[in-house]
Amino acid sequence: MNIDFTPEDEAFRDEVRGFIAANLPPECADSPALGVMTDKSVVKRWHKTLYEKGWAAPAWPEAYGGTGWNATQRFIFNEEIARANAPRLMPFGLTMVGPVTCTFGSAEQKSRHLQGILSGDVWWCQGYSEPGAGSDLASLKTRAVRQGDHYVVNGQKIWTSYAHEADWIFCLVRTEQSAKRQEGISFLLIDMRTPGIEVRPIISIAGLHHLNEVFFTNVKVPVQNLIGEENKGWTYAKYLLVQERTSIGGVPSPGRRLRISRRWHERSGTRMGGVDGRSRVPAQTRGDRSQAHQSRIHESADSRRCGGGKGGWTAIVPAEDRRKRGSAGFGRTRRRSRRLLYRTIRARSPAWRRQRTGYRPAHTRNVWADYGYGRAASIYGGSNEIQHDVISKAILNL
Amino acid sequence: MEFALSEEQRLLQDSVRRFLEQNAPLDKVRLAAGNTHTVQRSLWAGASELGIPGMLIPEDFGGMGLGFLDAAIVYEMIGRHVAPLPFLGTTVMAPLALMLAGSEAQQEKWLPKIAAGEIVAGVAITEKIGILEDAGVKALNGKLTGKSLFVIDWAEADFYIVADSDHGLHLVLPDAKGLSRRALNTIDKTRSVGELVFDRVAAEPLPRSSADAVARMIDAGRVMLAADTLGAGQMMLEKAVAYAGERKQFGRVIGSFQAVKHLCAEMAAALEPSRSLVWYAAHALDEVPGDARLMACHAMSHLSEVGRFVARTATEVHGGMGFTDLLGLHYWFKRIGLDRQLLGGPELVRLEAARLQGWAA
Ligand SMILES: Cc1cc2nc3c(=O)[nH]c(=O)nc-3n(C[C@H](O)[C@H](O)[C@H](O)COP(=O)(O)OP(=O)(O)OC[C@H]3O[C@@H](n4cnc5c(N)ncnc54)[C@H](O)[C@@H]3O)c2cc1C
Ligand SMILES: Cc1cc2nc3c(=O)[nH]c(=O)nc-3n(C[C@H](O)[C@H](O)[C@H](O)COP(=O)(O)OP(=O)(O)OC[C@H]3O[C@@H](n4cnc5c(N)ncnc54)[C@H](O)[C@@H]3O)c2cc1C
Repeated sequence: MNIDFTPEDEAFRDEVRGFIAANLPPECADSPALGVMTDKSVVKRWHKTLYEKGWAAPAWPEAYGGTGWNATQRFIFNEEIARANAPRLMPFGLTMVGPVTCTFGSAEQKSRHLQGILSGDVWWCQGYSEPGAGSDLASLKTRAVRQGDHYVVNGQKIWTSYAHEADWIFCLVRTEQSAKRQEGISFLLIDMRTPGIEVRPIISIAGLHHLNEVFFTNVKVPVQNLIGEENKGWTYAKYLLVQERTSIGGVPSPGRRLRISRRWHERSGTRMGGVDGRSRVPAQTRGDRSQAHQSRIHESADSRRCGGGKGGWTAIVPAEDRRKRGSAGFGRTRRRSRRLLYRTIRARSPAWRRQRTGYRPAHTRNVWADYGYGRAASIYGGSNEIQHDVISKAILNL
Repeated sequence: MEFALSEEQRLLQDSVRRFLEQNAPLDKVRLAAGNTHTVQRSLWAGASELGIPGMLIPEDFGGMGLGFLDAAIVYEMIGRHVAPLPFLGTTVMAPLALMLAGSEAQQEKWLPKIAAGEIVAGVAITEKIGILEDAGVKALNGKLTGKSLFVIDWAEADFYIVADSDHGLHLVLPDAKGLSRRALNTIDKTRSVGELVFDRVAAEPLPRSSADAVARMIDAGRVMLAADTLGAGQMMLEKAVAYAGERKQFGRVIGSFQAVKHLCAEMAAALEPSRSLVWYAAHALDEVPGDARLMACHAMSHLSEVGRFVARTATEVHGGMGFTDLLGLHYWFKRIGLDRQLLGGPELVRLEAARLQGWAA
């Protein structure tokens, strides 16, 4: 084990840091300091900046616009991004449908969609969950019936994050009633402007609108928009979930929250006998642990790529292994880091949200939004209970 | 020995529960929550008919002359229904200040009005617990200068009880010259807190003020917050259990999955012994002076942790639904959140408990 950075690594870090310092607009660094997306234009702008530099999708295969960085470089990049409070890019294209398209999409789908995802011009949302199909995703009922060169889609999705901001939605639909429910599912790409799609907002506990219901009434979708084979959608869906679960652990967040928390304590001059300093330490430990864990996973991913010699997306880590790791890393980080922040604001001030009357200190902006959003972290991408089921089954063979 | 509620206490608790079930259903809470900076007068009037505002006030002043245990079990019901009432400041801490430190004239002037539910009394005492942003109030020649944050029952208060940095307690009228007031927005929309800024404000001192009186107000406040969390937590548990019995996934109700059962059982197991702790802490305020302060610390800090666990776990059981405004579960979540902040978070309160016993400097 050698955890020293080489001079090349350090030079790389300087380059990344320099680029961010020179190109991250101040309003970008301010506004989304925390987890929840607050402003589409801000995120878009930062996405565009990274895209123009060629850094929008470091983990993608180079052939599709990835950077070809090794694990250390990706680690450094993530660290610098987090340090600068840069906004998180929307994952629905970059870490979800993008990799699926790279891996299972047709040549036409790749040329049509990857560019827009990479540049951030086209925004995607994820149409998996339905009112009756949350944890039990395979019981989904939205139907797609083939008619000539189209599918006709009818049904409803729910909890669709940012559907109201999205240009496209990727959807799991039922194309066949089969005995094994997983078998009749297909993976469709649908243009949100297609007639028959209606988006209705769901307001969250933080009073924000990022969730939606999406209704489909006789929506015509060209058959070219089917990913892979009909009725094989579950395979692609699971592949996507691995990407999703690996990325939503939010490993850099604890460090970022810790920095914010320290800043507040300095500013507010909290005199609390070091109590809060003490309570920060366990969170710090967990943050460091998660970061170490992430490095380990990235490292093993890299050596497999070299050793296996297959190249390309799927070979990074065999799918099953990725699935396990996806679950194992998931959940812990997110919960812990938000706990840290909550501790801080508890000490700091309950005056968290602006209203028509009254006030709360400027530096508490977004805190409740972030904390409130964090309440969903043990639910989205599959609840913790479901993750524990996956861990016990896939890793522990129970 | 009998560690149980009396028949009268059970009746009292039941009548408050029934009153709130009928008069403070979720849609009413929702309406009130849109408007935190006004006191819900009609609800307060109804509560007054039950004698709630005067619970702790002696009968001579028109109150019911009840004890802290009675107040705690009432507060448990108020938490259970996330009732938007000015309870903590107006019926517990301010009357206590007047009773412990006020002159006869002050008592005669204000206590009957509080007992009758005619007025609201705010309490500015946060700085006795922890100082943020250089807040703090200094008394000089009968005038107050400084700032107090998180003033309890801030909205529409007819007077404020203000603690200065030397354990002096003062009565300040809301229209006093040099006083400016700002509402603070917290996550909890069912209760109001605010900020008071004093610029040489003429104040009426409570002549028998002492460090002890201030501490006792805080102790009582902490026990009541613990009771509030207990009631709110119990309701969240019940809602989670009900949801687990209705919501189906994988062709079965989710309550049939052991993981969900255990989430619910863990909540129940955390709450049940907490009830005894809150009862004893309240009883100690009434009857066991030597234990009162420490028990108040234990009750508040423990319920803060249990409350947070229950709030999160009950939300978890609701899946995506728990995350919606529509379901309204978040009113309980946020109520428990503010309970945890007011009068000191668990780390701070535990440090105090350690100090009380000579375990920490
Ligand atoms: C903020 C947020 C954003 C989201 N974004 C998206 C999105 O963009 N696209 C999308 O498709 N979906 C999205 N979701 C939906 C999310 O994936 C589902 O909410 C999640 O899978 C849980 O489903 P459910 O809400 O129906 O809960 P349920 O499945 O009804 O679960 C309720 C409770 O029962 C438990 N449970 C259920 N089954 C079992 C079992 N077999 N064993 C043990 N426990 C069980 C769960 O763990 C949970 O505690 C989002 C959700 C949230 C909250
Ligand atoms: C120090 C000691 C003293 C004891 N003294 C006595 C005694 O005086 N007299 C006597 O008769 N017995 C005694 N016992 C035995 C004791 O009652 C049993 O060990 C106990 O009931 C558990 O049974 P088991 O050891 O067979 O474990 P198992 O029943 O095999 O359990 C193993 C694990 O599986 C879990 N588990 C089992 N079933 C379920 C389920 N349905 N759902 C979820 N989890 C489950 C358990 O929680 C446990 O973690 C003693 C045990 C110990 C350790």
